Order: sequence, then structure tokens, then C-alpha cells
Amino acid sequence: MAADRTTAPIHRPGLAGAIHRGLDSDVFHSFKQSKVTMLAGAVTALYFLAALLAPWIAPHDPYDLANISLMDSFLPPMWMDGGDARFPLGTDDQGRGILSTIIYGARASLLVGFAAVLLAAAIGVTLGLIAGYLGGTVDAVIMRVAEVQLSFPAILIALLIDGVARGVLGGDAEGNLAFAVIIVSIGLSFWVQYARTVRGSCLVEKHKEYVQAARVIGVHPGLIVVRHVLPNVLGPVLVIATISLALAIITEATLSFLGVGVPPTQPSLGTMIRVGNDFLFSGEWWITLFPGAALAVLVLAVNLLGDWLRDALNPKLR
Amino acid sequence: MIAFIVRRLLQSIVVMLVVALLAFSMFRYIGDPINQMVGVETSSEERAELRERLGLNDPMLVQFGRFAADAARFDFGVSYQHKKPVSELFADRLPATLELAFLSAVFALACGIPMGVYTALRRDAWLSKVFLTVSLIGISLPTFLIGILLIFVFSVWLGWLPSFGRGETVDLGVWTTGLLTVSGWKAALMPSITLGLFQMTLIMRLVRSEMLEVLRTDYIKFARARGLSDRAVHFGHALKNTLVPVITITGLQLGSIIAFAIITETVFQWPGMGLLFLQAIQNVDIPIMAAYLILIAFFFVLINLIVDLLYYAVDPRLRVDRATSAGH
Repeated sequence: MAADRTTAPIHRPGLAGAIHRGLDSDVFHSFKQSKVTMLAGAVTALYFLAALLAPWIAPHDPYDLANISLMDSFLPPMWMDGGDARFPLGTDDQGRGILSTIIYGARASLLVGFAAVLLAAAIGVTLGLIAGYLGGTVDAVIMRVAEVQLSFPAILIALLIDGVARGVLGGDAEGNLAFAVIIVSIGLSFWVQYARTVRGSCLVEKHKEYVQAARVIGVHPGLIVVRHVLPNVLGPVLVIATISLALAIITEATLSFLGVGVPPTQPSLGTMIRVGNDFLFSGEWWITLFPGAALAVLVLAVNLLGDWLRDALNPKLR
Repeated sequence: MIAFIVRRLLQSIVVMLVVALLAFSMFRYIGDPINQMVGVETSSEERAELRERLGLNDPMLVQFGRFAADAARFDFGVSYQHKKPVSELFADRLPATLELAFLSAVFALACGIPMGVYTALRRDAWLSKVFLTVSLIGISLPTFLIGILLIFVFSVWLGWLPSFGRGETVDLGVWTTGLLTVSGWKAALMPSITLGLFQMTLIMRLVRSEMLEVLRTDYIKFARARGLSDRAVHFGHALKNTLVPVITITGLQLGSIIAFAIITETVFQWPGMGLLFLQAIQNVDIPIMAAYLILIAFFFVLINLIVDLLYYAVDPRLRVDRATSAGH
């Protein structure tokens, strides 16, 4: 490690330097090595762009009532008989274009996925650091709770939190509140993995010399944890975050599909699949299968990225 | 050994108590149970009397004790929505869910183990690559999407299998089974594959990596050197030693299967507990939610306990480790 330091090129400061360092790193090198990973990266980037630019690239806003007309309902994709060039992938039962709903739905999926992962990481990392650094009773309590929660599947916990939130808020939550409920349910059901990993790394780090040195010169424990321990335990957190992003997206779609997630008036891939499921037998397969394929491709791409990141950041596999 | 069992039992009881406390607070603090039971025209005197009669004015600890005692007998009162005793509703639905879970576990094991062994022994065969690709897709596809795809192909397109319900069931007194009729089997086929697919990929990958690990060990080389046939080495020596973790994971996954049945039951309108629970969430039917929570927790704790004890019985190293660490 010490030899690496001395032979490494002198880093230029600023943004340009950061980009240069990024392109020069081992991680990026292993990214370029695998074609599948690059494809997954490209697909994920495409989804992100589509989600960010949804209002500009979608043919129309499917959730603006002024834009949709029941006259357009149940149109097949444009290459089939009776298709309409305005709606390349057809329309659903209310005349919303499937392509536009997919773009807006992917936006919602990514938004919920990211927010839930951030929340889970924030809770998990904080509790993991507290448990690992303080030890003793605090550690025992936090880890016991984590163990109990870990023995139940996340989807069940998310469902329960969602059910309790419904009870507290009274029936169906509307609009932004529904999004908040679903983000909190998913976030609270995924924190355990972060806490366990961070606690483990923290236990190792806190006995290292730099932490002891900081302690000896009288740095406040909170500052030691945030400034010194935290940056050194973040690597595994990134890997868990990528893998659990795919899981969070699946969980959001599942909750919406079950009818307890995003309300039907809001765009969501899971909700679209549920709506389309009712029309599968009458022949309108495109309402379900296109959003389903969009969801599957997104999850697969994120999963592949997560797999690659796990291997790339694992020094044992180099 | 006895100390270990006692400690595990105590842990299980603590977990159950925590879950019961959660269920109790849901019961007690979400909405007013009295409002759910009586109509709008009930006077406040009658409400107060009912409150007193139900013991809602007693100290919290007494109420919780009563709740836990009732829960131990699986008495959760009357469902707000169905107006029927919760235990009766669950007794109707339990066989459907357990049959579904059992069939998917059998499917996952019966396909997962041979596929795992094959991919480990013939690493470069094209069929192995197919299996591994399929397993990656199986992990990435959400359960409900797999179910919808199966319905689309086998019910809508080919028209071979029914897309909802359990088919004809036979009433055996306390247990209704769909496994004695042809239509019951046809109805169960797609739901159990949907539910078992994820577990199958998991078992396949686990068996594969364990086999690859074991095949590198010295005793396998020694067995080969003794001139044993490939068959004896692979199945008599290698597979046998990979099965310990497989037992553990399968056991633990059994609980997940029961929980994930919620999704499968929704897709196929399978009349099980999961569907009941989901409707309860949509209608904020707290007694059913509390009962489901406790029942599932009980299954999980029971399965965890059995798996731990089994592990202990199967793997002698664990006993030695514990004995030496206890000696320190």
C-alpha cells in the first residue's frame, strides 16, 4: 500500500483532477473490462435520463386530465391494426399512452427507490456506527432488534408499516403523502443490512491507530465517528445501496401492484401492471406487458451493476 | 446441549412477546376499537359500558396480559370487515396457503438441487449457462410479473390452465385439500411455480457454489485416488456434504415462502391467508392484521428453532466449537 502511494501520479486539484482520477482508477478499469456491465450501465443511464427529462421527452403527460381522452382508450401498439402513431405502444383503459406512462412510471420508481435507499442507508449507517462505536447495552439492543427484523422478509415489514400508516392517517393517503408513506415503509424495512455491515467495519476501525490517536488528542467522540470512522466504512455501504436499489424498485412495484402503494392517479409501473392485469383476458396485453418489460429491464440492469460493483470493490477478487 | 436448547427457546419466547406487543399496540392505538364494533347510533353511555365490559379501562399491563393469553389460544375477536371470528376466517384459509407453500418448496428442491449439481459438475456445458442465465432473470423478475407472464402464456394464449382459484377442493373435516382432484392440481401448478421460482434459483446457486467448494477438498481427491467411480464421489461424498447449508437455507426460506404467498395469492386469486391479510390492510381491519402478524411470527420462530436444532444435530463441528468455547 505504501509503495502505491509513492508511485501514484500527483493528483491535480479541482473537478478536472477528480474526473481524471476517476477515469484512471481500478474501478473504472474493471468497468471497461466487462461488456455486460457497460451495457447495464448504459441502460441504467438511459433510464435515468428518461426519468429526469420525462416532461420533455414523453409524447404527452398521461396524468394531466386535459391531455387524455376516453376516445383513445384501448388503442393497440402502432404497428398493429387500428394503432395510432400518437401512441407508439398503445393506450390503456383511460386513453393514456403506454410509452408516456412508462417514462413517468420509471421516474416514480427511481424516485421512490432512491429516496427509500437513502433513508435506509441513513438509518442503518447511523445505528451501525452508534452500535459499533459505543458497544455495550446500546449495541446489544440495536443488534437484537436488527436480528428480529432480519428474520422477516422486507416486503412483509413494508406491508405492515404501510397498513399501520393507513390506520393512523385514516384510509387511503393521497398524492405526495402516499409517496412519503411508501418511501418510509421501504426505507424502514431495509436498514438492517447497512447497520450490520457498518457495525462490523466500525468494530475493526475503532481499534486502529488513527482512531486511538484522535481519541488521545481529545477529539469529541461524535467528531471521531463522523470525520474519521465514517469515511472508512462507506465502501461496502455503496455496494449494499446499489443492490438494494433494485430491491427497493421491486418492492415499490410490488406494493403498487398489490394496491397498497402509489395511488392509481399517480404514475407507477406496478400500478400500470395491476390495471393491465384486469384486461389481459380481453386481449389488451400491451397494457401489462410493456410496463412489465420496462420494469424487468431496469431491475436487471441495476442488479448487474450491483454485482459488478461488489466484485470491483472487493480487493480479495482483484 | 440442553443449555443450548433452553437458551434458544428463551430467545424464541422473547421474540414472540415483542411481536405480540407490536400487535397489541396496533390493536389498541390505531383507531378506536369501540368505534369499529358499534354503529353510529350507539349512545355514549352504551359505549362507556362496552368499554368497561371489554376491559379497555384496565391498566395497560393487564390488557396486554389478556391479549397475550387470548393470542396464545389464537383468539383475536371479530374481524371488523367480515363480522366473523378471526380464528374461523384463518381456519378456512390456512390449508390453501400451506398447500401452496408445500408444493412450491417441493418444486424448488426437486428442480434446484439437480440443476445446482449439474451446473457444478459440467461448468462449461451450454445447458449450465442456460440454467445460470435463467436464474439471473428469475432473481430480477418480480414475483407478480412471473405470475402474470405464466397466466398470459398458459391461460390466455394456450388456454391450458385456469388463471385463478383452487379448482375443486375436497373437504376432509378440518382440512380442505385441492390435491385430490385433477382441477385442483391444474389450478395449483402455476401458483406453486411462481412462488417457488425464486427459491429454486437460490437453492441452485447455493448447491452449485457449495459443490464447487467441496470438490476442491482433499477428501474428494482422496476418494478419487481410491478409484471410486465418479458417481460415488459426486453423490456419495460431495453432495452429501453440501446438503447441510441447503437444509438451513430451505428451512429459513419456508417462512419467506409463506410470506411471499401474499403476492402469488393476489395474482392468482388463491383463497389463502395472504389474500385475507392484503384485504385487511386495504380496509384497515386490525384484528386480522394482528392475527396474521402473530401467526407468521410463530411460523418463523418455529422454523428458525427447528433449523437451529437440526443444524446442531447434523454438524458435529458446531458441538465441538461450543464445548471448547464454553470451557474457556
